Amino acid sequence: MSMATFTVPTVTNAASNKEDLVEKVTVQNLDFFYGDHRALKNINVSLYHGKVTAFIGPSGCGKSTLLRILNRMYDLYPNQRATGTVRLDNDDILAPSQDLNLLRAKVGMVFQKPTPFPMTIYENIAFGIRLYENLPKSELDGRVQQALQRAALWEEVKDKLGANGLSLSGGQQQRLCIARTVAVRPEVILFDEPCSALDPISTAKIEELIDELKEDYTIAIVTHNMQQAARVSDFTAFMYLGELVEYGDTTRMFTTPSDRRTQDYITGRFG
Amino acid sequence: MNDLHTTKAFDIDLQDLSRMVAEMGGLAEKQVADAVDALAKRDTNLAQRVTTADAAIDALQREIEEKSVLTIARRQPMAVDLREIVGALRVANDLERIGDLAKNIAKRVIALNAEFPPPKLIRGVEHMTDLVLEQLKAVLDAYGRRDDTKAMAVWRGDEEIDAVCTSVFRELLTYMMEDPRNITFCIHLMFCAKNIERMGDHATNVAETVHYIIDGNPITERRPKGDTTTIAALTGAGGK
Repeated sequence: MSMATFTVPTVTNAASNKEDLVEKVTVQNLDFFYGDHRALKNINVSLYHGKVTAFIGPSGCGKSTLLRILNRMYDLYPNQRATGTVRLDNDDILAPSQDLNLLRAKVGMVFQKPTPFPMTIYENIAFGIRLYENLPKSELDGRVQQALQRAALWEEVKDKLGANGLSLSGGQQQRLCIARTVAVRPEVILFDEPCSALDPISTAKIEELIDELKEDYTIAIVTHNMQQAARVSDFTAFMYLGELVEYGDTTRMFTTPSDRRTQDYITGRFG
Repeated sequence: MNDLHTTKAFDIDLQDLSRMVAEMGGLAEKQVADAVDALAKRDTNLAQRVTTADAAIDALQREIEEKSVLTIARRQPMAVDLREIVGALRVANDLERIGDLAKNIAKRVIALNAEFPPPKLIRGVEHMTDLVLEQLKAVLDAYGRRDDTKAMAVWRGDEEIDAVCTSVFRELLTYMMEDPRNITFCIHLMFCAKNIERMGDHATNVAETVHYIIDGNPITERRPKGDTTTIAALTGAGGK
Protein backbone atom coordinates (compact mmCIF):
# COMPACT_ATOMS: atom_id res chain seq x y z
CA MET A 1 0.00 0.00 0.00
CA SER A 2 1.67 3.19 -1.17
CA MET A 3 1.62 6.29 0.94
CA ALA A 4 2.97 8.43 -1.87
CA THR A 5 -0.44 9.48 -3.11
CA PHE A 6 -1.43 11.33 0.02
CA THR A 7 -3.55 14.38 -0.59
CA VAL A 8 -5.00 16.84 1.85
CA PRO A 9 -8.52 15.63 2.58
CA THR A 10 -11.40 17.99 2.26
CA VAL A 11 -14.87 17.89 3.72
CA THR A 12 -17.01 16.55 0.94
CA ASN A 13 -20.77 16.16 0.72
CA ALA A 14 -21.13 18.47 3.67
CA ALA A 15 -20.40 21.42 1.43
CA SER A 16 -24.07 22.16 0.90
CA ASN A 17 -24.71 22.85 4.56
CA LYS A 18 -21.24 24.00 5.40
CA GLU A 19 -22.39 27.55 6.05
CA ASP A 20 -24.41 26.23 9.00
CA LEU A 21 -21.32 24.72 10.55
CA VAL A 22 -19.52 26.60 13.27
CA GLU A 23 -15.86 25.70 13.52
CA LYS A 24 -15.01 25.16 17.16
CA VAL A 25 -11.62 23.51 16.95
CA THR A 26 -9.34 24.03 14.00
CA VAL A 27 -6.25 21.93 13.46
CA GLN A 28 -3.80 23.14 10.83
CA ASN A 29 -0.55 21.60 9.64
CA LEU A 30 -0.18 19.73 12.89
CA ASP A 31 2.87 17.52 13.47
CA PHE A 32 3.55 15.65 16.65
CA PHE A 33 6.74 14.05 17.90
CA TYR A 34 7.43 11.44 20.54
CA GLY A 35 11.12 12.23 20.83
CA ASP A 36 12.37 11.80 17.27
CA HIS A 37 9.38 9.79 16.13
CA ARG A 38 6.94 11.78 14.04
CA ALA A 39 3.60 10.39 15.19
CA LEU A 40 1.34 12.84 13.37
CA LYS A 41 2.02 14.17 9.91
CA ASN A 42 0.54 17.41 8.71
CA ILE A 43 -2.95 16.98 10.13
CA ASN A 44 -5.67 19.36 9.00
CA VAL A 45 -9.11 18.87 10.47
CA SER A 46 -11.95 20.83 12.06
CA LEU A 47 -14.40 19.99 14.82
CA TYR A 48 -17.76 21.69 14.53
CA HIS A 49 -20.05 22.91 17.27
CA GLY A 50 -23.05 20.65 17.77
CA LYS A 51 -21.47 17.88 15.73
CA VAL A 52 -19.76 14.62 16.56
CA THR A 53 -16.52 13.87 14.75
CA ALA A 54 -15.27 10.30 14.88
CA PHE A 55 -11.64 9.32 14.46
CA ILE A 56 -11.08 5.81 13.20
CA GLY A 57 -8.02 3.86 12.17
CA PRO A 58 -5.88 0.90 13.21
CA SER A 59 -4.00 0.93 16.50
CA GLY A 60 -1.05 3.26 16.49
CA CYS A 61 -2.35 5.45 13.69
CA GLY A 62 -2.29 8.54 15.90
CA LYS A 63 -5.95 9.11 16.67
CA SER A 64 -5.54 9.06 20.44
CA THR A 65 -2.42 11.19 20.10
CA LEU A 66 -4.45 13.76 18.19
CA LEU A 67 -7.13 13.75 20.87
CA ARG A 68 -4.52 14.24 23.59
CA ILE A 69 -3.20 17.32 21.82
CA LEU A 70 -6.59 19.01 21.92
CA ASN A 71 -6.38 19.45 25.70
CA ARG A 72 -2.57 19.46 25.90
CA MET A 73 -2.57 16.17 27.76
CA TYR A 74 0.83 15.44 26.18
CA ASP A 75 2.31 18.22 28.33
CA LEU A 76 2.30 15.73 31.17
CA TYR A 77 5.07 13.76 29.47
CA PRO A 78 8.61 14.81 28.60
CA ASN A 79 10.08 14.76 25.08
CA GLN A 80 6.74 15.21 23.38
CA ARG A 81 6.09 18.21 21.22
CA ALA A 82 3.55 19.48 18.74
CA THR A 83 4.07 21.94 15.89
CA GLY A 84 1.45 23.63 13.77
CA THR A 85 -1.72 25.37 14.82
CA VAL A 86 -4.60 24.14 16.96
CA ARG A 87 -7.22 26.73 17.78
CA LEU A 88 -10.19 26.59 20.08
CA ASP A 89 -12.33 29.39 18.72
CA ASN A 90 -9.57 31.96 18.33
CA ASP A 91 -7.46 30.75 21.19
CA ASP A 92 -4.17 29.04 20.29
CA ILE A 93 -4.16 25.80 22.26
CA LEU A 94 -0.49 25.14 21.59
CA ALA A 95 0.69 28.55 22.81
CA PRO A 96 3.14 28.23 25.72
CA SER A 97 1.16 30.88 27.56
CA GLN A 98 -1.98 28.71 27.44
CA ASP A 99 -3.60 28.23 30.87
CA LEU A 100 -3.76 24.46 30.98
CA ASN A 101 -6.25 24.23 33.83
CA LEU A 102 -8.64 26.50 32.03
CA LEU A 103 -8.06 24.66 28.75
CA ARG A 104 -8.85 21.30 30.33
CA ALA A 105 -12.01 22.73 31.84
CA LYS A 106 -13.07 23.84 28.37
CA VAL A 107 -11.93 20.63 26.72
CA GLY A 108 -13.09 17.69 28.81
CA MET A 109 -12.02 14.12 28.26
CA VAL A 110 -13.55 10.70 28.89
CA PHE A 111 -11.23 7.71 28.76
CA GLN A 112 -11.43 4.12 27.67
CA LYS A 113 -11.59 2.75 31.19
CA PRO A 114 -13.91 4.46 33.63
CA THR A 115 -11.74 6.46 36.03
CA PRO A 116 -13.90 7.53 38.97
CA PHE A 117 -12.06 8.98 41.96
CA PRO A 118 -12.11 6.78 45.08
CA MET A 119 -14.64 9.03 46.76
CA THR A 120 -18.40 9.34 46.96
CA ILE A 121 -20.51 9.76 43.86
CA TYR A 122 -21.35 13.29 45.00
CA GLU A 123 -17.71 14.18 45.58
CA ASN A 124 -16.65 12.76 42.23
CA ILE A 125 -18.68 15.52 40.60
CA ALA A 126 -18.31 18.29 43.20
CA PHE A 127 -14.53 17.91 43.29
CA GLY A 128 -14.10 19.20 39.75
CA ILE A 129 -16.55 22.05 40.16
CA ARG A 130 -14.78 23.27 43.29
CA LEU A 131 -11.52 23.48 41.37
CA TYR A 132 -12.95 26.20 39.19
CA GLU A 133 -15.78 27.77 41.13
CA ASN A 134 -16.58 28.62 44.69
CA LEU A 135 -20.27 27.84 45.07
CA PRO A 136 -22.57 27.76 48.11
CA LYS A 137 -23.67 24.24 49.10
CA SER A 138 -27.19 24.55 47.68
CA GLU A 139 -25.92 25.69 44.34
CA LEU A 140 -23.26 22.99 44.30
CA ASP A 141 -25.97 20.39 45.01
CA GLY A 142 -27.90 21.71 42.04
CA ARG A 143 -24.88 21.50 39.77
CA VAL A 144 -24.12 17.93 40.87
CA GLN A 145 -27.72 16.91 40.18
CA GLN A 146 -27.69 18.68 36.83
CA ALA A 147 -24.50 16.95 35.78
CA LEU A 148 -25.80 13.54 36.83
CA GLN A 149 -29.05 14.17 34.98
CA ARG A 150 -27.15 15.27 31.89
CA ALA A 151 -25.20 12.02 32.02
CA ALA A 152 -28.45 10.02 32.41
CA LEU A 153 -27.27 8.65 35.76
CA TRP A 154 -29.35 10.66 38.23
CA GLU A 155 -32.27 8.25 38.48
CA GLU A 156 -29.92 5.38 39.28
CA VAL A 157 -27.84 7.13 41.95
CA LYS A 158 -30.01 9.86 43.47
CA ASP A 159 -30.62 7.78 46.61
CA LYS A 160 -27.00 6.84 47.13
CA LEU A 161 -24.97 9.95 46.40
CA GLY A 162 -22.85 9.12 49.44
CA ALA A 163 -21.85 5.72 48.08
CA ASN A 164 -18.37 5.22 46.73
CA GLY A 165 -18.05 5.92 42.99
CA LEU A 166 -16.19 2.67 42.58
CA SER A 167 -19.20 0.70 43.80
CA LEU A 168 -21.06 1.46 40.58
CA SER A 169 -21.12 -0.86 37.57
CA GLY A 170 -18.70 -0.23 34.69
CA GLY A 171 -21.33 1.47 32.56
CA GLN A 172 -22.47 3.62 35.48
CA GLN A 173 -18.88 4.51 36.30
CA GLN A 174 -18.37 5.67 32.74
CA ARG A 175 -21.49 7.82 32.92
CA LEU A 176 -20.22 9.18 36.25
CA CYS A 177 -17.04 10.21 34.43
CA ILE A 178 -19.14 11.87 31.75
CA ALA A 179 -21.11 13.66 34.47
CA ARG A 180 -17.82 14.79 36.03
CA THR A 181 -16.70 16.14 32.66
CA VAL A 182 -20.00 17.88 31.99
CA ALA A 183 -20.11 19.38 35.52
CA VAL A 184 -17.35 21.88 34.81
CA ARG A 185 -19.28 23.11 31.77
CA PRO A 186 -16.81 22.34 29.01
CA GLU A 187 -17.22 23.41 25.39
CA VAL A 188 -15.60 20.39 23.83
CA ILE A 189 -15.78 16.78 25.02
CA LEU A 190 -13.23 14.22 23.86
CA PHE A 191 -14.17 10.56 24.11
CA ASP A 192 -11.28 8.14 23.82
CA GLU A 193 -12.86 4.73 23.14
CA PRO A 194 -15.50 5.35 25.81
CA CYS A 195 -17.33 2.07 25.28
CA SER A 196 -14.59 -0.45 24.67
CA ALA A 197 -14.82 -1.76 28.23
CA LEU A 198 -18.61 -1.74 28.40
CA ASP A 199 -21.37 -4.25 27.69
CA PRO A 200 -23.81 -3.62 24.80
CA ILE A 201 -26.54 -2.06 26.97
CA SER A 202 -24.12 0.35 28.65
CA THR A 203 -22.66 1.09 25.23
CA ALA A 204 -26.11 1.93 23.88
CA LYS A 205 -26.69 4.26 26.85
CA ILE A 206 -23.42 6.09 26.22
CA GLU A 207 -24.22 6.39 22.53
CA GLU A 208 -27.65 7.76 23.35
CA LEU A 209 -25.96 10.18 25.72
CA ILE A 210 -23.49 11.36 23.09
CA ASP A 211 -26.42 12.00 20.81
CA GLU A 212 -28.06 14.19 23.48
CA LEU A 213 -24.86 15.95 24.50
CA LYS A 214 -23.95 16.97 20.98
CA GLU A 215 -26.65 19.60 20.93
CA ASP A 216 -24.67 21.67 23.41
CA TYR A 217 -21.10 20.59 22.84
CA THR A 218 -18.49 19.91 20.25
CA ILE A 219 -17.67 16.23 20.45
CA ALA A 220 -14.78 14.14 19.20
CA ILE A 221 -14.72 10.39 19.63
CA VAL A 222 -12.03 7.84 18.99
CA THR A 223 -13.44 4.39 18.45
CA HIS A 224 -12.39 1.03 17.11
CA ASN A 225 -15.98 0.08 16.59
CA MET A 226 -16.78 1.07 13.02
CA GLN A 227 -20.50 0.67 13.48
CA GLN A 228 -20.35 2.93 16.50
CA ALA A 229 -18.58 5.62 14.48
CA ALA A 230 -21.21 5.25 11.77
CA ARG A 231 -24.01 5.50 14.33
CA VAL A 232 -22.93 8.39 16.52
CA SER A 233 -20.89 10.73 14.34
CA ASP A 234 -21.67 13.41 11.80
CA PHE A 235 -18.15 13.52 10.42
CA THR A 236 -15.56 10.80 10.26
CA ALA A 237 -11.81 11.03 9.89
CA PHE A 238 -9.80 7.99 8.91
CA MET A 239 -6.20 8.01 10.07
CA TYR A 240 -3.40 5.70 9.05
CA LEU A 241 0.29 5.77 10.02
CA GLY A 242 0.03 9.27 11.45
CA GLU A 243 -1.73 10.72 8.42
CA LEU A 244 -5.29 11.87 8.05
CA VAL A 245 -6.18 9.86 4.98
CA GLU A 246 -9.78 10.90 4.49
CA TYR A 247 -12.20 13.15 6.28
CA GLY A 248 -15.81 13.76 5.43
CA ASP A 249 -19.48 13.31 6.00
CA THR A 250 -19.99 10.09 7.98
CA THR A 251 -22.73 8.83 5.66
CA ARG A 252 -20.44 9.06 2.70
CA MET A 253 -17.36 7.76 4.50
CA PHE A 254 -19.12 4.50 5.34
CA THR A 255 -20.95 4.02 2.06
CA THR A 256 -18.69 5.41 -0.66
CA PRO A 257 -15.29 6.33 0.74
CA SER A 258 -13.05 7.85 -1.90
CA ASP A 259 -9.69 6.58 -0.68
CA ARG A 260 -8.87 2.94 -1.23
CA ARG A 261 -7.23 2.69 2.21
CA THR A 262 -10.38 3.93 3.90
CA GLN A 263 -12.46 1.39 2.03
CA ASP A 264 -10.05 -1.43 2.88
CA TYR A 265 -10.08 -0.47 6.55
CA ILE A 266 -13.82 -0.09 7.04
CA THR A 267 -14.61 -3.27 5.14
CA GLY A 268 -12.07 -5.30 7.09
CA ARG A 269 -9.54 -5.87 4.32
CA PHE A 270 -6.55 -4.41 6.13
CA GLY A 271 -3.29 -6.29 6.45
CA MET B 1 -12.71 -6.32 -5.00
CA ASN B 2 -9.23 -7.63 -5.40
CA ASP B 3 -8.14 -7.80 -1.81
CA LEU B 4 -9.56 -10.38 0.49
CA HIS B 5 -11.08 -9.80 3.88
CA THR B 6 -9.16 -10.57 7.01
CA THR B 7 -12.05 -12.89 7.83
CA LYS B 8 -12.00 -15.45 5.02
CA ALA B 9 -15.50 -16.69 5.85
CA PHE B 10 -16.83 -13.26 4.87
CA ASP B 11 -15.31 -13.62 1.40
CA ILE B 12 -16.91 -17.03 1.09
CA ASP B 13 -20.30 -15.58 2.11
CA LEU B 14 -20.05 -12.89 -0.57
CA GLN B 15 -18.84 -15.33 -3.20
CA ASP B 16 -21.71 -17.69 -2.37
CA LEU B 17 -24.22 -14.89 -2.79
CA SER B 18 -22.74 -13.91 -6.13
CA ARG B 19 -22.76 -17.50 -7.31
CA MET B 20 -26.39 -17.97 -6.30
CA VAL B 21 -27.41 -14.83 -8.19
CA ALA B 22 -25.53 -16.08 -11.27
CA GLU B 23 -27.26 -19.44 -10.99
CA MET B 24 -30.62 -17.69 -10.73
CA GLY B 25 -29.75 -15.65 -13.81
CA GLY B 26 -29.00 -18.80 -15.77
CA LEU B 27 -32.33 -20.31 -14.78
CA ALA B 28 -34.22 -17.13 -15.67
CA GLU B 29 -32.57 -17.00 -19.10
CA LYS B 30 -33.58 -20.57 -19.78
CA GLN B 31 -37.15 -19.95 -18.64
CA VAL B 32 -37.54 -16.99 -20.99
CA ALA B 33 -36.10 -18.90 -23.96
CA ASP B 34 -38.25 -21.96 -23.24
CA ALA B 35 -41.46 -19.97 -22.78
CA VAL B 36 -41.11 -18.20 -26.11
CA ASP B 37 -39.98 -21.46 -27.74
CA ALA B 38 -43.16 -23.08 -26.48
CA LEU B 39 -45.14 -20.22 -27.97
CA ALA B 40 -43.42 -20.45 -31.36
CA LYS B 41 -43.62 -24.25 -31.56
CA ARG B 42 -47.11 -24.45 -30.02
CA ASP B 43 -45.59 -26.84 -27.51
CA THR B 44 -47.91 -27.01 -24.51
CA ASN B 45 -45.75 -29.69 -22.86
CA LEU B 46 -42.77 -27.38 -22.81
CA ALA B 47 -45.04 -24.57 -21.55
CA GLN B 48 -46.13 -26.86 -18.74
CA ARG B 49 -42.53 -27.54 -17.81
CA VAL B 50 -41.81 -23.80 -17.72
CA THR B 51 -44.65 -23.20 -15.26
CA THR B 52 -43.32 -25.84 -12.87
CA ALA B 53 -39.66 -24.85 -13.22
CA ASP B 54 -40.41 -21.38 -11.89
CA ALA B 55 -40.44 -22.77 -8.36
CA ALA B 56 -36.67 -23.34 -8.54
CA ILE B 57 -36.09 -19.63 -9.22
CA ASP B 58 -38.37 -18.64 -6.35
CA ALA B 59 -36.54 -21.00 -4.02
CA LEU B 60 -33.17 -19.51 -4.99
CA GLN B 61 -34.48 -16.03 -4.33
CA ARG B 62 -35.54 -17.05 -0.84
CA GLU B 63 -32.13 -18.59 -0.25
CA ILE B 64 -30.40 -15.39 -1.38
CA GLU B 65 -32.60 -13.35 0.92
CA GLU B 66 -31.86 -15.57 3.90
CA LYS B 67 -28.15 -15.58 3.19
CA SER B 68 -28.10 -11.79 2.77
CA VAL B 69 -29.94 -11.14 6.02
CA LEU B 70 -27.67 -13.54 7.85
CA THR B 71 -24.53 -11.99 6.37
CA ILE B 72 -25.66 -8.47 7.29
CA ALA B 73 -26.44 -9.60 10.84
CA ARG B 74 -23.19 -11.48 11.19
CA ARG B 75 -20.69 -9.16 9.49
CA GLN B 76 -22.20 -5.67 9.66
CA PRO B 77 -20.86 -4.96 6.17
CA MET B 78 -19.77 -1.49 5.14
CA ALA B 79 -19.33 0.35 1.84
CA VAL B 80 -18.72 -1.96 -1.14
CA ASP B 81 -19.53 -5.09 0.90
CA LEU B 82 -22.89 -3.70 1.90
CA ARG B 83 -23.58 -2.73 -1.69
CA GLU B 84 -22.65 -6.25 -2.83
CA ILE B 85 -25.29 -7.70 -0.52
CA VAL B 86 -27.97 -5.10 -1.25
CA GLY B 87 -27.13 -5.61 -4.93
CA ALA B 88 -27.60 -9.38 -4.67
CA LEU B 89 -31.01 -8.83 -3.06
CA ARG B 90 -32.08 -6.43 -5.77
CA VAL B 91 -30.82 -8.49 -8.68
CA ALA B 92 -32.48 -11.59 -7.22
CA ASN B 93 -35.73 -9.65 -7.04
CA ASP B 94 -35.53 -8.63 -10.69
CA LEU B 95 -34.63 -12.15 -11.80
CA GLU B 96 -37.54 -13.55 -9.85
CA ARG B 97 -39.87 -11.14 -11.66
CA ILE B 98 -38.38 -12.16 -15.01
CA GLY B 99 -39.11 -15.78 -14.05
CA ASP B 100 -42.71 -14.86 -13.24
CA LEU B 101 -43.15 -13.11 -16.56
CA ALA B 102 -41.79 -16.16 -18.41
CA LYS B 103 -44.19 -18.34 -16.45
CA ASN B 104 -47.03 -16.03 -17.46
CA ILE B 105 -46.13 -16.45 -21.14
CA ALA B 106 -46.11 -20.23 -20.66
CA LYS B 107 -49.57 -20.08 -19.07
CA ARG B 108 -50.85 -18.16 -22.08
CA VAL B 109 -49.43 -20.82 -24.40
CA ILE B 110 -51.42 -23.39 -22.44
CA ALA B 111 -54.54 -21.20 -22.51
CA LEU B 112 -54.29 -20.73 -26.28
CA ASN B 113 -54.29 -24.52 -26.63
CA ALA B 114 -55.00 -25.27 -30.28
CA GLU B 115 -55.86 -21.78 -31.30
CA PHE B 116 -52.53 -20.46 -32.53
CA PRO B 117 -51.81 -17.23 -34.33
CA PRO B 118 -50.07 -17.17 -37.71
CA PRO B 119 -46.28 -17.62 -37.37
CA LYS B 120 -45.70 -14.24 -38.95
CA LEU B 121 -47.19 -12.58 -35.88
CA ILE B 122 -45.11 -14.60 -33.49
CA ARG B 123 -41.94 -13.58 -35.31
CA GLY B 124 -42.15 -10.07 -33.87
CA VAL B 125 -42.38 -11.50 -30.36
CA GLU B 126 -39.48 -13.83 -31.08
CA HIS B 127 -37.40 -10.93 -32.29
CA MET B 128 -38.14 -9.06 -29.06
CA THR B 129 -37.17 -12.13 -27.10
CA ASP B 130 -33.84 -12.38 -28.89
CA LEU B 131 -33.11 -8.79 -27.97
CA VAL B 132 -34.14 -9.31 -24.33
CA LEU B 133 -32.10 -12.47 -23.99
CA GLU B 134 -29.10 -10.62 -25.37
CA GLN B 135 -29.61 -7.87 -22.81
CA LEU B 136 -30.11 -10.36 -20.02
CA LYS B 137 -27.01 -12.30 -20.94
CA ALA B 138 -24.96 -9.10 -21.18
CA VAL B 139 -26.17 -7.77 -17.85
CA LEU B 140 -25.56 -11.06 -16.04
CA ASP B 141 -22.10 -11.06 -17.53
CA ALA B 142 -21.62 -7.47 -16.33
CA TYR B 143 -22.74 -8.58 -12.86
CA GLY B 144 -20.40 -11.56 -12.85
CA ARG B 145 -17.41 -9.49 -13.94
CA ARG B 146 -18.43 -6.36 -12.04
CA ASP B 147 -18.13 -4.51 -15.36
CA ASP B 148 -19.67 -1.06 -15.11
CA THR B 149 -19.12 -0.16 -18.78
CA LYS B 150 -20.95 -3.25 -19.93
CA ALA B 151 -23.77 -2.64 -17.44
CA MET B 152 -24.20 0.91 -18.68
CA ALA B 153 -24.34 -0.36 -22.29
CA VAL B 154 -27.24 -2.63 -21.29
CA TRP B 155 -28.88 0.24 -19.47
CA ARG B 156 -28.80 2.38 -22.61
CA GLY B 157 -29.72 -0.49 -24.94
CA ASP B 158 -33.31 -1.05 -23.81
CA GLU B 159 -34.66 1.43 -26.34
CA GLU B 160 -34.66 -1.05 -29.25
CA ILE B 161 -36.80 -3.57 -27.36
CA ASP B 162 -39.30 -0.85 -26.59
CA ALA B 163 -39.41 0.18 -30.25
CA VAL B 164 -40.01 -3.40 -31.48
CA CYS B 165 -42.70 -3.80 -28.83
CA THR B 166 -44.48 -0.74 -30.18
CA SER B 167 -44.40 -2.10 -33.72
CA VAL B 168 -45.69 -5.53 -32.57
CA PHE B 169 -48.58 -3.74 -30.88
CA ARG B 170 -49.47 -1.87 -34.05
CA GLU B 171 -49.40 -5.06 -36.08
CA LEU B 172 -51.63 -6.89 -33.62
CA LEU B 173 -54.08 -4.01 -33.64
CA THR B 174 -54.54 -4.23 -37.37
CA TYR B 175 -55.20 -7.98 -37.10
CA MET B 176 -57.85 -7.43 -34.47
CA MET B 177 -59.53 -4.79 -36.55
CA GLU B 178 -59.53 -7.05 -39.59
CA ASP B 179 -61.43 -9.85 -37.91
CA PRO B 180 -62.86 -9.98 -34.37
CA ARG B 181 -62.09 -13.74 -34.23
CA ASN B 182 -58.42 -12.81 -34.05
CA ILE B 183 -58.93 -10.86 -30.86
CA THR B 184 -58.38 -13.70 -28.36
CA PHE B 185 -54.98 -14.80 -29.56
CA CYS B 186 -53.96 -11.25 -30.38
CA ILE B 187 -54.68 -10.20 -26.80
CA HIS B 188 -52.62 -13.11 -25.50
CA LEU B 189 -49.80 -12.23 -27.84
CA MET B 190 -50.01 -8.63 -26.79
CA PHE B 191 -49.57 -9.63 -23.16
CA CYS B 192 -46.66 -11.87 -24.14
CA ALA B 193 -45.03 -8.94 -25.92
CA LYS B 194 -45.65 -6.69 -22.94
CA ASN B 195 -44.18 -9.34 -20.63
CA ILE B 196 -41.04 -9.49 -22.71
CA GLU B 197 -40.82 -5.72 -22.75
CA ARG B 198 -41.08 -5.79 -18.93
CA MET B 199 -38.24 -8.31 -18.82
CA GLY B 200 -36.13 -5.76 -20.67
CA ASP B 201 -36.97 -3.23 -17.98
CA HIS B 202 -35.85 -5.68 -15.31
CA ALA B 203 -32.60 -6.20 -17.20
CA THR B 204 -32.00 -2.44 -17.06
CA ASN B 205 -32.80 -2.53 -13.33
CA VAL B 206 -30.08 -5.13 -12.92
CA ALA B 207 -27.75 -2.88 -14.92
CA GLU B 208 -28.51 -0.03 -12.51
CA THR B 209 -27.76 -2.31 -9.57
CA VAL B 210 -24.44 -3.41 -11.09
CA HIS B 211 -23.51 0.24 -11.52
CA TYR B 212 -24.51 0.92 -7.91
CA ILE B 213 -22.43 -1.98 -6.60
CA ILE B 214 -19.33 -0.77 -8.44
CA ASP B 215 -19.71 2.98 -8.24
CA GLY B 216 -21.69 3.47 -5.03
CA ASN B 217 -23.91 6.11 -6.57
CA PRO B 218 -27.16 5.78 -8.47
CA ILE B 219 -27.18 6.67 -12.18
CA THR B 220 -28.15 10.30 -12.62
CA GLU B 221 -28.58 10.39 -16.37
CA ARG B 222 -32.03 9.82 -17.94
CA ARG B 223 -32.65 6.53 -19.64
CA PRO B 224 -33.69 6.65 -23.31
CA LYS B 225 -37.28 5.40 -23.73
CA GLY B 226 -38.66 3.81 -26.88
CA ASP B 227 -41.94 2.37 -25.64
CA THR B 228 -44.87 4.30 -27.06
CA THR B 229 -47.43 1.47 -26.95
CA THR B 230 -49.93 3.53 -25.01
CA ILE B 231 -49.90 6.22 -27.66
CA ALA B 232 -49.79 3.67 -30.49
CA ALA B 233 -52.88 1.95 -29.14
CA LEU B 234 -54.82 5.20 -29.02
CA THR B 235 -53.86 6.51 -32.45
CA GLY B 236 -54.05 3.03 -34.00
CA ALA B 237 -57.56 2.36 -32.75
CA GLY B 238 -59.05 5.77 -33.14
CA GLY B 239 -57.27 7.02 -36.23
CA LYS B 240 -58.11 4.41 -38.87
